Amino acid sequence: MVTRVGIEVSIAVAEAVKLANADVIAAYPITPQTHIVEHLAELVADGELDAEYIPVESEHSAMSACLGSAAAGARTFTATASQGLALMNEVVYVAAPMRLPIVMVVANRSLSAPLSIWPDHSDMMSVRDTGWIQIIVENGQQAVDNTIIAFRIAEDQKVLLPVMIHQDGFTLTHVIEPIIFPAQEAVDKYLPKNRFPLPLNPDRPVAMGEFAPPFIFTETKWAQEVALQNSKKVIIKAWDEFAKAFGRKYMPVEKYHSEGAKVLIMTMGSAGETASVAIDELRKEGMDVGQIRLRLWRPFPFQELREAVKDAEVLIMMDRALSYGGPGGPVASEVKAALYNQTKRPKIVSYVISLGGRDTTVSGFKDIVKQGIEIADKGSKNEYEIYGVRE
Amino acid sequence: MIKEKSLIEIRWHGRGGQGAVTTAEILAQAAISEGKFAQAFPSFGPERRGAPVQAFNRIDSREPVRIRADVTEPDYVVVLDPGLLEKVNVTSGLKKGGSVIVNTRKTAKEIQKEFKIKYPVATINASKLAREILGVPIVNTTVLGALIKVTGIVKKESAHAPLEKRFGRLGERNINAMETAYEQVAFEEQ
Repeated sequence: MVTRVGIEVSIAVAEAVKLANADVIAAYPITPQTHIVEHLAELVADGELDAEYIPVESEHSAMSACLGSAAAGARTFTATASQGLALMNEVVYVAAPMRLPIVMVVANRSLSAPLSIWPDHSDMMSVRDTGWIQIIVENGQQAVDNTIIAFRIAEDQKVLLPVMIHQDGFTLTHVIEPIIFPAQEAVDKYLPKNRFPLPLNPDRPVAMGEFAPPFIFTETKWAQEVALQNSKKVIIKAWDEFAKAFGRKYMPVEKYHSEGAKVLIMTMGSAGETASVAIDELRKEGMDVGQIRLRLWRPFPFQELREAVKDAEVLIMMDRALSYGGPGGPVASEVKAALYNQTKRPKIVSYVISLGGRDTTVSGFKDIVKQGIEIADKGSKNEYEIYGVRE
Repeated sequence: MIKEKSLIEIRWHGRGGQGAVTTAEILAQAAISEGKFAQAFPSFGPERRGAPVQAFNRIDSREPVRIRADVTEPDYVVVLDPGLLEKVNVTSGLKKGGSVIVNTRKTAKEIQKEFKIKYPVATINASKLAREILGVPIVNTTVLGALIKVTGIVKKESAHAPLEKRFGRLGERNINAMETAYEQVAFEEQ
Protein backbone atom coordinates (compact mmCIF):
# COMPACT_ATOMS: atom_id res chain seq x y z
CA MET A 1 0.00 0.00 0.00
CA VAL A 2 1.25 3.49 -0.89
CA THR A 3 1.32 5.77 2.16
CA ARG A 4 1.86 9.53 2.49
CA VAL A 5 3.16 10.58 5.89
CA GLY A 6 4.82 13.51 7.62
CA ILE A 7 8.21 12.18 8.66
CA GLU A 8 11.77 13.34 9.19
CA VAL A 9 13.79 12.78 6.03
CA SER A 10 16.51 10.79 7.86
CA ILE A 11 13.93 8.36 9.23
CA ALA A 12 12.34 8.13 5.80
CA VAL A 13 15.70 7.26 4.22
CA ALA A 14 16.22 4.50 6.80
CA GLU A 15 12.74 3.21 5.92
CA ALA A 16 13.75 3.25 2.24
CA VAL A 17 16.78 1.07 3.08
CA LYS A 18 14.33 -1.28 4.80
CA LEU A 19 12.08 -1.28 1.72
CA ALA A 20 15.18 -2.16 -0.31
CA ASN A 21 15.74 -5.02 2.11
CA ALA A 22 19.44 -4.40 2.77
CA ASP A 23 21.40 -7.35 4.18
CA VAL A 24 24.24 -5.52 5.89
CA ILE A 25 24.57 -2.04 7.38
CA ALA A 26 27.97 -1.02 8.74
CA ALA A 27 28.08 2.54 9.96
CA TYR A 28 29.47 4.96 12.51
CA PRO A 29 27.25 7.81 13.70
CA ILE A 30 28.15 11.41 12.88
CA THR A 31 26.08 14.60 12.78
CA PRO A 32 23.98 15.17 10.66
CA GLN A 33 23.78 11.57 9.43
CA THR A 34 23.03 10.13 12.90
CA HIS A 35 19.26 9.71 12.68
CA ILE A 36 19.57 7.55 9.56
CA VAL A 37 21.82 4.92 11.10
CA GLU A 38 20.16 5.19 14.52
CA HIS A 39 16.80 4.32 12.99
CA LEU A 40 18.32 1.48 10.98
CA ALA A 41 19.87 0.07 14.17
CA GLU A 42 16.40 0.22 15.74
CA LEU A 43 14.76 -1.50 12.77
CA VAL A 44 17.31 -4.31 12.96
CA ALA A 45 17.11 -4.60 16.77
CA ASP A 46 13.29 -4.70 16.65
CA GLY A 47 13.37 -7.44 14.04
CA GLU A 48 11.66 -5.25 11.43
CA LEU A 49 14.62 -5.48 9.08
CA ASP A 50 16.37 -8.82 8.72
CA ALA A 51 19.92 -7.52 8.37
CA GLU A 52 23.29 -7.53 10.07
CA TYR A 53 23.98 -4.18 11.71
CA ILE A 54 27.70 -3.83 12.33
CA PRO A 55 28.43 -1.07 14.86
CA VAL A 56 32.00 -0.38 13.83
CA GLU A 57 34.56 1.75 15.68
CA SER A 58 35.17 4.30 12.91
CA GLU A 59 34.15 5.30 9.40
CA HIS A 60 37.32 3.72 8.05
CA SER A 61 36.11 0.43 9.51
CA ALA A 62 32.58 1.06 8.29
CA MET A 63 33.65 1.20 4.67
CA SER A 64 36.08 -1.69 5.16
CA ALA A 65 33.24 -3.83 6.51
CA CYS A 66 31.10 -2.73 3.56
CA LEU A 67 33.78 -3.88 1.10
CA GLY A 68 33.79 -7.36 2.62
CA SER A 69 30.06 -7.54 2.85
CA ALA A 70 29.47 -6.45 -0.76
CA ALA A 71 32.19 -8.86 -1.93
CA ALA A 72 30.29 -11.66 -0.21
CA GLY A 73 27.24 -10.73 -2.28
CA ALA A 74 25.22 -9.03 0.45
CA ARG A 75 23.14 -5.92 -0.24
CA THR A 76 25.19 -3.34 1.63
CA PHE A 77 24.40 0.13 2.97
CA THR A 78 26.24 2.78 4.93
CA ALA A 79 25.93 6.49 5.59
CA THR A 80 28.30 9.19 6.76
CA ALA A 81 29.15 12.89 6.54
CA SER A 82 31.97 15.39 6.62
CA GLN A 83 34.89 14.31 8.87
CA GLY A 84 33.52 10.77 8.77
CA LEU A 85 33.75 10.73 5.00
CA ALA A 86 37.23 12.22 5.23
CA LEU A 87 38.36 9.49 7.63
CA MET A 88 36.80 6.89 5.35
CA ASN A 89 38.45 8.34 2.25
CA GLU A 90 41.23 5.77 1.79
CA VAL A 91 38.73 2.93 1.64
CA VAL A 92 36.13 4.85 -0.40
CA TYR A 93 38.61 4.71 -3.29
CA VAL A 94 38.80 0.91 -3.11
CA ALA A 95 35.11 0.15 -3.72
CA ALA A 96 34.80 1.33 -7.34
CA PRO A 97 37.78 -0.45 -8.98
CA MET A 98 36.84 -3.61 -7.06
CA ARG A 99 33.37 -3.18 -8.59
CA LEU A 100 31.55 -3.53 -5.28
CA PRO A 101 27.93 -2.31 -5.37
CA ILE A 102 27.72 -0.49 -2.03
CA VAL A 103 25.13 2.23 -1.45
CA MET A 104 26.15 5.15 0.75
CA VAL A 105 24.14 8.19 1.80
CA VAL A 106 26.23 11.27 2.52
CA ALA A 107 24.48 13.86 4.72
CA ASN A 108 26.53 16.70 3.29
CA ARG A 109 28.31 18.85 5.84
CA SER A 110 31.31 21.14 5.71
CA LEU A 111 34.82 20.00 6.60
CA SER A 112 36.85 21.36 9.54
CA ALA A 113 38.40 23.76 10.44
CA PRO A 114 36.74 25.79 11.84
CA LEU A 115 34.43 23.14 13.21
CA SER A 116 31.00 23.32 11.61
CA ILE A 117 28.23 20.78 11.76
CA TRP A 118 26.25 22.63 9.08
CA PRO A 119 25.76 21.77 5.43
CA ASP A 120 27.79 22.53 2.33
CA HIS A 121 29.40 20.43 -0.37
CA SER A 122 33.04 20.38 0.75
CA ASP A 123 32.75 16.75 1.87
CA MET A 124 31.19 15.80 -1.46
CA MET A 125 34.04 17.39 -3.37
CA SER A 126 36.62 15.48 -1.30
CA VAL A 127 35.40 12.22 -2.87
CA ARG A 128 34.84 13.52 -6.39
CA ASP A 129 37.42 11.25 -8.00
CA THR A 130 36.74 8.05 -6.08
CA GLY A 131 34.95 6.48 -9.04
CA TRP A 132 31.57 6.20 -7.32
CA ILE A 133 28.33 7.02 -9.10
CA GLN A 134 27.13 10.20 -7.38
CA ILE A 135 23.53 11.39 -7.29
CA ILE A 136 22.40 14.60 -5.61
CA VAL A 137 18.89 15.12 -4.25
CA GLU A 138 16.88 18.22 -3.37
CA ASN A 139 14.04 17.06 -1.14
CA GLY A 140 13.01 14.17 1.07
CA GLN A 141 11.01 12.38 -1.60
CA GLN A 142 13.98 12.40 -3.95
CA ALA A 143 16.17 11.07 -1.13
CA VAL A 144 13.81 8.16 -0.46
CA ASP A 145 13.28 7.33 -4.13
CA ASN A 146 16.95 7.50 -5.03
CA THR A 147 18.01 5.36 -2.08
CA ILE A 148 15.89 2.57 -3.54
CA ILE A 149 17.00 3.34 -7.10
CA ALA A 150 20.68 3.35 -6.03
CA PHE A 151 20.64 -0.36 -5.14
CA ARG A 152 19.20 -1.22 -8.54
CA ILE A 153 21.84 0.82 -10.35
CA ALA A 154 24.77 -0.40 -8.21
CA GLU A 155 23.87 -4.08 -8.45
CA ASP A 156 23.04 -4.08 -12.17
CA GLN A 157 25.36 -6.61 -13.83
CA LYS A 158 26.33 -4.00 -16.42
CA VAL A 159 27.33 -1.54 -13.67
CA LEU A 160 28.62 -3.17 -10.45
CA LEU A 161 29.76 0.12 -9.00
CA PRO A 162 29.16 1.81 -5.65
CA VAL A 163 26.62 4.66 -5.52
CA MET A 164 26.62 7.74 -3.30
CA ILE A 165 23.45 9.70 -2.63
CA HIS A 166 24.27 13.23 -1.52
CA GLN A 167 21.64 14.93 0.59
CA ASP A 168 22.37 18.15 2.43
CA GLY A 169 22.68 17.81 6.18
CA PHE A 170 19.94 19.43 8.32
CA THR A 171 18.17 21.26 5.48
CA LEU A 172 17.23 17.80 4.23
CA THR A 173 18.10 15.28 6.92
CA HIS A 174 16.36 17.05 9.82
CA VAL A 175 13.20 18.34 8.14
CA ILE A 176 9.78 16.81 8.66
CA GLU A 177 7.94 16.80 5.36
CA PRO A 178 5.43 14.72 3.41
CA ILE A 179 6.90 11.51 2.00
CA ILE A 180 5.14 9.02 -0.21
CA PHE A 181 6.34 5.51 0.57
CA PRO A 182 5.92 3.00 -2.23
CA ALA A 183 4.37 -0.36 -1.44
CA GLN A 184 6.78 -3.17 -0.52
CA GLU A 185 5.58 -5.40 -3.38
CA ALA A 186 6.16 -2.60 -5.88
CA VAL A 187 9.71 -2.07 -4.56
CA ASP A 188 10.37 -5.82 -4.68
CA LYS A 189 9.24 -5.83 -8.29
CA TYR A 190 11.38 -2.81 -9.19
CA LEU A 191 14.47 -3.95 -7.32
CA PRO A 192 15.55 -7.48 -8.24
CA LYS A 193 17.62 -9.64 -5.88
CA ASN A 194 21.33 -8.86 -5.70
CA ARG A 195 23.15 -11.35 -7.93
CA PHE A 196 26.78 -10.39 -7.41
CA PRO A 197 28.61 -12.47 -10.04
CA LEU A 198 31.65 -13.62 -8.05
CA PRO A 199 30.80 -13.60 -4.36
CA LEU A 200 33.44 -14.59 -1.83
CA ASN A 201 32.89 -18.23 -1.03
CA PRO A 202 35.38 -20.57 0.71
CA ASP A 203 34.38 -23.39 -1.65
CA ARG A 204 34.99 -21.32 -4.78
CA PRO A 205 37.97 -19.09 -3.99
CA VAL A 206 38.48 -15.88 -5.96
CA ALA A 207 41.08 -13.14 -5.62
CA MET A 208 39.90 -9.51 -5.47
CA GLY A 209 41.73 -6.20 -5.31
CA GLU A 210 44.97 -7.77 -6.52
CA PHE A 211 48.39 -6.25 -6.92
CA ALA A 212 48.71 -4.49 -10.32
CA PRO A 213 52.20 -3.83 -11.71
CA PRO A 214 52.70 -1.14 -14.39
CA PHE A 215 51.99 -3.51 -17.30
CA ILE A 216 48.34 -3.85 -16.25
CA PHE A 217 47.52 -0.90 -13.97
CA THR A 218 46.51 1.53 -16.77
CA GLU A 219 44.18 -1.10 -18.22
CA THR A 220 42.43 -1.61 -14.88
CA LYS A 221 41.93 2.14 -14.52
CA TRP A 222 40.62 2.41 -18.07
CA ALA A 223 38.23 -0.47 -17.41
CA GLN A 224 37.01 1.37 -14.30
CA GLU A 225 36.51 4.57 -16.29
CA VAL A 226 34.61 2.80 -19.09
CA ALA A 227 32.40 1.07 -16.52
CA LEU A 228 31.54 4.39 -14.91
CA GLN A 229 30.88 6.12 -18.23
CA ASN A 230 28.70 3.23 -19.39
CA SER A 231 26.70 3.29 -16.18
CA LYS A 232 24.87 6.42 -17.36
CA LYS A 233 22.66 4.39 -19.68
CA VAL A 234 21.66 2.09 -16.83
CA ILE A 235 21.09 5.03 -14.47
CA ILE A 236 18.76 6.69 -16.97
CA LYS A 237 16.93 3.41 -17.54
CA ALA A 238 16.58 2.86 -13.78
CA TRP A 239 15.12 6.38 -13.44
CA ASP A 240 12.77 5.86 -16.42
CA GLU A 241 11.48 2.59 -15.05
CA PHE A 242 11.05 4.14 -11.63
CA ALA A 243 8.91 6.83 -13.27
CA LYS A 244 6.79 4.13 -14.96
CA ALA A 245 6.29 2.25 -11.72
CA PHE A 246 5.98 5.14 -9.24
CA GLY A 247 5.23 8.27 -11.30
CA ARG A 248 8.23 10.38 -10.27
CA LYS A 249 10.84 11.09 -12.91
CA TYR A 250 14.53 11.87 -12.47
CA MET A 251 17.04 12.99 -15.09
CA PRO A 252 20.79 13.73 -15.10
CA VAL A 253 20.10 17.43 -15.71
CA GLU A 254 16.65 18.63 -14.72
CA LYS A 255 15.07 21.72 -16.21
CA TYR A 256 12.86 24.41 -14.72
CA HIS A 257 11.56 27.01 -17.18
CA SER A 258 14.91 26.67 -18.92
CA GLU A 259 13.73 26.04 -22.49
CA GLY A 260 14.62 29.10 -24.54
CA ALA A 261 15.51 31.20 -21.47
CA LYS A 262 18.38 33.63 -22.09
CA VAL A 263 19.58 33.52 -18.51
CA LEU A 264 19.98 30.26 -16.58
CA ILE A 265 21.03 29.50 -13.06
CA MET A 266 22.41 26.08 -12.19
CA THR A 267 22.03 24.56 -8.74
CA MET A 268 22.89 21.31 -7.06
CA GLY A 269 21.29 20.07 -3.83
CA SER A 270 18.72 21.30 -1.34
CA ALA A 271 18.90 24.99 -2.29
CA GLY A 272 17.50 24.09 -5.70
CA GLU A 273 13.84 24.47 -4.85
CA THR A 274 14.38 27.72 -2.93
CA ALA A 275 16.09 28.98 -6.09
CA SER A 276 13.07 27.85 -8.13
CA VAL A 277 10.82 30.10 -6.04
CA ALA A 278 13.17 32.98 -6.90
CA ILE A 279 12.94 32.02 -10.59
CA ASP A 280 9.13 32.13 -10.39
CA GLU A 281 9.23 35.61 -8.86
CA LEU A 282 11.75 36.91 -11.39
CA ARG A 283 9.67 35.55 -14.28
CA LYS A 284 6.66 37.30 -12.81
CA GLU A 285 8.72 40.50 -12.91
CA GLY A 286 9.20 39.81 -16.62
CA MET A 287 12.74 38.44 -16.62
CA ASP A 288 13.66 35.72 -19.11
CA VAL A 289 15.30 33.39 -16.62
CA GLY A 290 15.24 29.65 -16.00
CA GLN A 291 17.00 27.03 -13.94
CA ILE A 292 18.80 23.75 -14.42
CA ARG A 293 19.58 21.39 -11.59
CA LEU A 294 22.35 18.84 -11.64
CA ARG A 295 21.05 15.49 -10.42
CA LEU A 296 23.94 13.31 -11.61
CA TRP A 297 27.40 14.46 -10.58
CA ARG A 298 29.29 11.31 -11.60
CA PRO A 299 29.34 10.17 -14.32
CA PHE A 300 29.13 13.81 -15.41
CA PRO A 301 26.30 14.29 -17.94
CA PHE A 302 28.20 16.27 -20.61
CA GLN A 303 25.70 15.75 -23.40
CA GLU A 304 22.63 16.60 -21.28
CA LEU A 305 24.32 19.70 -19.90
CA ARG A 306 25.29 20.99 -23.38
CA GLU A 307 21.76 20.41 -24.60
CA ALA A 308 20.22 22.16 -21.58
CA VAL A 309 22.26 25.37 -21.98
CA LYS A 310 22.29 25.57 -25.78
CA ASP A 311 19.96 28.59 -26.02
CA ALA A 312 21.29 30.45 -22.99
CA GLU A 313 23.41 33.59 -23.19
CA VAL A 314 24.27 33.69 -19.49
CA LEU A 315 24.75 30.78 -17.11
CA ILE A 316 25.05 31.61 -13.42
CA MET A 317 26.60 28.78 -11.42
CA MET A 318 25.95 28.11 -7.73
CA ASP A 319 28.56 26.10 -5.85
CA ARG A 320 28.50 25.19 -2.16
CA ALA A 321 32.19 24.42 -1.95
CA LEU A 322 35.42 26.21 -2.64
CA SER A 323 38.54 24.93 -4.39
CA TYR A 324 41.06 27.03 -2.48
CA GLY A 325 43.56 28.86 -4.63
CA GLY A 326 41.77 27.49 -7.67
CA PRO A 327 38.83 28.41 -9.87
CA GLY A 328 36.34 28.80 -7.01
CA GLY A 329 33.37 26.48 -7.37
CA PRO A 330 34.21 22.91 -8.40
CA VAL A 331 30.95 22.43 -10.31
CA ALA A 332 31.37 25.71 -12.20
CA SER A 333 34.85 24.63 -13.11
CA GLU A 334 33.57 21.38 -14.64
CA VAL A 335 30.76 23.13 -16.45
CA LYS A 336 33.23 25.58 -17.97
CA ALA A 337 35.39 22.66 -19.11
CA ALA A 338 32.37 20.91 -20.59
CA LEU A 339 31.38 23.97 -22.62
CA TYR A 340 34.77 25.43 -23.60
CA ASN A 341 35.03 23.71 -26.97
CA GLN A 342 31.44 24.43 -27.97
CA THR A 343 31.10 26.97 -30.76
CA LYS A 344 28.06 28.53 -29.09
CA ARG A 345 28.20 28.74 -25.33
CA PRO A 346 26.82 30.99 -22.62
CA LYS A 347 28.92 33.40 -20.60
CA ILE A 348 29.51 31.76 -17.24
CA VAL A 349 29.37 33.61 -13.93
CA SER A 350 30.45 31.53 -10.97
CA TYR A 351 29.08 32.03 -7.45
CA VAL A 352 30.07 30.27 -4.24
CA ILE A 353 27.14 30.37 -1.82
CA SER A 354 25.86 28.93 1.45
CA LEU A 355 29.08 27.63 2.98
CA GLY A 356 28.74 25.92 6.36
CA GLY A 357 24.96 26.17 6.52
CA ARG A 358 24.36 29.86 5.80
CA ASP A 359 20.95 30.13 4.15
CA THR A 360 20.63 31.64 0.72
CA THR A 361 17.05 32.88 0.73
CA VAL A 362 14.64 33.52 -2.13
CA SER A 363 15.62 37.19 -2.17
CA GLY A 364 19.27 36.11 -2.05
CA PHE A 365 18.85 34.07 -5.22
CA LYS A 366 17.04 36.95 -6.93
CA ASP A 367 19.90 39.20 -5.95
CA ILE A 368 22.45 36.74 -7.35
CA VAL A 369 20.62 36.50 -10.68
CA LYS A 370 20.52 40.30 -11.06
CA GLN A 371 24.17 40.72 -10.04
CA GLY A 372 25.17 37.78 -12.25
CA ILE A 373 23.59 39.32 -15.33
CA GLU A 374 25.47 42.54 -14.68
CA ILE A 375 28.77 40.70 -14.25
CA ALA A 376 28.16 38.76 -17.47
CA ASP A 377 27.63 42.10 -19.21
CA LYS A 378 30.44 44.15 -17.67
CA GLY A 379 32.87 41.50 -16.57
CA SER A 380 34.49 41.09 -13.16
CA LYS A 381 38.03 41.19 -11.84
CA ASN A 382 37.28 38.02 -9.84
CA GLU A 383 37.57 34.41 -10.96
CA TYR A 384 34.39 33.83 -8.98
CA GLU A 385 32.05 35.68 -6.64
CA ILE A 386 31.42 34.64 -3.05
CA TYR A 387 27.89 35.71 -2.15
CA GLY A 388 27.19 37.75 0.95
CA VAL A 389 30.66 37.49 2.45
CA ARG A 390 31.77 40.18 4.95
CA GLU A 391 35.25 41.28 4.02
CA MET B 1 -5.94 35.75 -12.05
CA ILE B 2 -3.82 36.20 -8.96
CA LYS B 3 -4.04 33.19 -6.70
CA GLU B 4 -4.51 33.83 -3.01
CA LYS B 5 -1.36 33.15 -1.00
CA SER B 6 -1.55 29.64 0.37
CA LEU B 7 1.76 29.43 2.27
CA ILE B 8 1.66 30.09 6.01
CA GLU B 9 4.93 30.43 7.95
CA ILE B 10 5.25 30.00 11.70
CA ARG B 11 8.18 30.64 14.02
CA TRP B 12 8.32 29.02 17.45
CA HIS B 13 10.33 30.53 20.28
CA GLY B 14 11.08 28.34 23.26
CA ARG B 15 13.89 27.07 25.39
CA GLY B 16 15.76 23.85 24.76
CA GLY B 17 13.69 21.05 26.35
CA GLN B 18 10.31 22.83 26.14
CA GLY B 19 9.30 20.92 23.06
CA ALA B 20 9.14 23.65 20.39
CA VAL B 21 10.63 21.26 17.84
CA THR B 22 8.31 18.41 18.81
CA THR B 23 5.22 20.58 18.48
CA ALA B 24 6.29 22.00 15.14
CA GLU B 25 6.66 18.37 14.04
CA ILE B 26 3.18 17.46 15.34
CA LEU B 27 1.63 20.45 13.59
CA ALA B 28 3.30 19.51 10.29
CA GLN B 29 2.13 15.92 10.65
CA ALA B 30 -1.43 17.10 11.35
CA ALA B 31 -1.38 19.28 8.21
CA ILE B 32 0.10 16.50 6.08
CA SER B 33 -2.55 14.07 7.32
CA GLU B 34 -5.14 16.52 5.93
CA GLY B 35 -3.48 16.22 2.51
CA LYS B 36 -1.71 19.57 2.87
CA PHE B 37 1.97 20.23 2.32
CA ALA B 38 4.07 21.08 5.34
CA GLN B 39 7.54 21.40 6.71
CA ALA B 40 8.86 21.43 10.28
CA PHE B 41 12.44 21.91 11.36
CA PRO B 42 14.52 23.26 14.22
CA SER B 43 17.09 26.02 14.07
CA PHE B 44 19.91 23.61 13.46
CA GLY B 45 22.69 23.42 15.94
CA PRO B 46 23.91 21.84 19.14
CA GLU B 47 20.96 21.20 21.46
CA ARG B 48 21.26 22.92 24.84
CA ARG B 49 18.61 22.57 27.51
CA GLY B 50 17.37 25.96 28.67
CA ALA B 51 18.90 28.00 25.86
CA PRO B 52 16.60 30.03 23.58
CA VAL B 53 15.71 27.92 20.54
CA GLN B 54 13.57 28.35 17.48
CA ALA B 55 11.57 25.94 15.41
CA PHE B 56 9.82 26.58 12.14
CA ASN B 57 6.75 25.52 10.18
CA ARG B 58 5.71 26.13 6.63
CA ILE B 59 2.23 24.92 5.76
CA ASP B 60 0.70 25.18 2.33
CA SER B 61 -2.81 24.00 1.57
CA ARG B 62 -2.25 23.99 -2.17
CA GLU B 63 1.27 23.27 -3.34
CA PRO B 64 4.48 21.60 -2.15
CA VAL B 65 6.68 23.69 0.13
CA ARG B 66 9.87 24.46 -1.73
CA ILE B 67 11.70 27.01 0.42
CA ARG B 68 14.46 25.54 2.60
CA ALA B 69 15.67 28.37 4.78
CA ASP B 70 14.83 29.60 8.27
CA VAL B 71 11.51 31.42 8.56
CA THR B 72 12.51 35.07 8.87
CA GLU B 73 9.17 36.66 7.90
CA PRO B 74 6.56 34.60 9.74
CA ASP B 75 2.77 34.95 9.62
CA TYR B 76 2.56 33.77 13.23
CA VAL B 77 4.97 33.71 16.13
CA VAL B 78 4.52 31.36 19.08
CA VAL B 79 6.24 32.07 22.39
CA LEU B 80 6.39 29.11 24.77
CA ASP B 81 8.35 30.88 27.49
CA PRO B 82 7.17 34.41 28.42
CA GLY B 83 10.65 35.13 29.82
CA LEU B 84 11.92 35.18 26.24
CA LEU B 85 9.92 38.33 25.49
CA GLU B 86 12.53 40.31 27.42
CA LYS B 87 15.49 38.67 25.71
CA VAL B 88 14.48 37.95 22.13
CA ASN B 89 12.84 40.27 19.61
CA VAL B 90 10.12 37.75 18.88
CA THR B 91 8.27 39.95 16.38
CA SER B 92 11.36 40.34 14.19
CA GLY B 93 10.22 40.12 10.58
CA LEU B 94 6.63 39.31 11.54
CA LYS B 95 4.43 40.06 8.53
CA LYS B 96 1.90 42.86 8.48
CA GLY B 97 -1.33 41.25 9.62
CA GLY B 98 0.61 38.64 11.55
CA SER B 99 -0.03 37.79 15.18
CA VAL B 100 1.70 36.50 18.28
CA ILE B 101 0.59 33.64 20.52
CA VAL B 102 2.10 33.77 24.01
CA ASN B 103 2.08 31.43 26.98
CA THR B 104 1.48 33.87 29.83
CA ARG B 105 -0.77 34.54 32.77
CA LYS B 106 -0.98 38.19 31.72
CA THR B 107 -3.59 39.63 29.36
CA ALA B 108 -2.91 40.41 25.74
CA LYS B 109 -3.16 44.14 26.44
CA GLU B 110 -0.56 43.87 29.21
CA ILE B 111 1.80 41.96 26.93
CA GLN B 112 1.32 44.43 24.08
CA LYS B 113 2.00 47.37 26.39
CA GLU B 114 4.89 45.88 28.37
CA PHE B 115 6.83 44.65 25.33
CA LYS B 116 5.63 47.29 22.83
CA ILE B 117 4.16 44.68 20.51
CA LYS B 118 2.18 46.31 17.72
CA TYR B 119 0.55 43.11 16.56
CA PRO B 120 -2.55 41.24 17.73
CA VAL B 121 -1.65 39.00 20.66
CA ALA B 122 -3.36 35.81 21.80
CA THR B 123 -2.69 34.59 25.32
CA ILE B 124 -3.02 31.28 27.06
CA ASN B 125 -1.89 30.39 30.56
CA ALA B 126 -0.36 27.17 29.32
CA SER B 127 2.02 26.74 32.26
CA LYS B 128 -0.97 26.51 34.62
CA LEU B 129 -2.98 24.26 32.29
CA ALA B 130 -0.04 21.94 31.65
CA ARG B 131 0.60 21.62 35.38
CA GLU B 132 -3.05 20.80 35.99
CA ILE B 133 -3.58 18.41 33.10
CA LEU B 134 -0.16 16.88 32.48
CA GLY B 135 1.29 17.31 35.94
CA VAL B 136 4.41 18.97 34.47
CA PRO B 137 4.98 22.52 33.22
CA ILE B 138 5.82 21.37 29.66
CA VAL B 139 3.66 23.69 27.63
CA ASN B 140 4.24 22.80 24.02
CA THR B 141 1.19 20.65 23.35
CA THR B 142 -1.02 23.04 25.31
CA VAL B 143 0.12 26.05 23.30
CA LEU B 144 -0.51 24.02 20.13
CA GLY B 145 -4.24 24.13 20.95
CA ALA B 146 -4.12 27.92 21.18
CA LEU B 147 -2.24 28.19 17.89
CA ILE B 148 -4.73 25.95 16.11
CA LYS B 149 -7.67 28.00 17.41
CA VAL B 150 -6.13 31.34 16.43
CA THR B 151 -4.90 30.27 12.99
CA GLY B 152 -7.40 27.61 11.95
CA ILE B 153 -4.43 26.15 10.09
CA VAL B 154 -5.50 22.56 10.77
CA LYS B 155 -8.50 20.92 12.39
CA LYS B 156 -7.69 20.22 16.03
CA GLU B 157 -8.76 16.60 15.53
CA SER B 158 -5.93 16.20 13.00
CA ALA B 159 -3.42 16.67 15.82
CA HIS B 160 -4.85 13.72 17.80
CA ALA B 161 -3.08 10.93 15.90
CA PRO B 162 0.37 12.60 15.87
CA LEU B 163 0.01 13.40 19.61
CA GLU B 164 -0.93 9.81 20.37
CA LYS B 165 1.93 8.49 18.28
CA ARG B 166 4.43 10.80 19.91
CA PHE B 167 3.33 10.48 23.55
CA GLY B 168 2.01 6.92 23.68
CA ARG B 169 0.12 6.38 26.93
CA LEU B 170 0.40 10.10 27.71
CA GLY B 171 -1.23 10.91 24.38
CA GLU B 172 -4.70 11.30 25.80
CA ARG B 173 -3.60 13.81 28.44
CA ASN B 174 -1.73 15.85 25.84
CA ILE B 175 -4.83 15.83 23.62
CA ASN B 176 -6.84 17.04 26.62
CA ALA B 177 -4.32 19.85 27.24
CA MET B 178 -4.42 20.86 23.59
CA GLU B 179 -8.25 20.84 23.50
CA THR B 180 -8.51 22.84 26.73
CA ALA B 181 -6.16 25.53 25.42
CA TYR B 182 -8.18 25.56 22.20
CA GLU B 183 -11.24 26.53 24.26
CA GLN B 184 -9.51 28.96 26.62
CA VAL B 185 -7.19 31.02 24.42
CA ALA B 186 -7.91 34.75 24.64
CA PHE B 187 -7.39 36.82 21.52
CA GLU B 188 -6.94 40.56 21.51
CA GLU B 189 -6.88 42.55 18.28
CA GLN B 190 -4.26 45.25 18.27
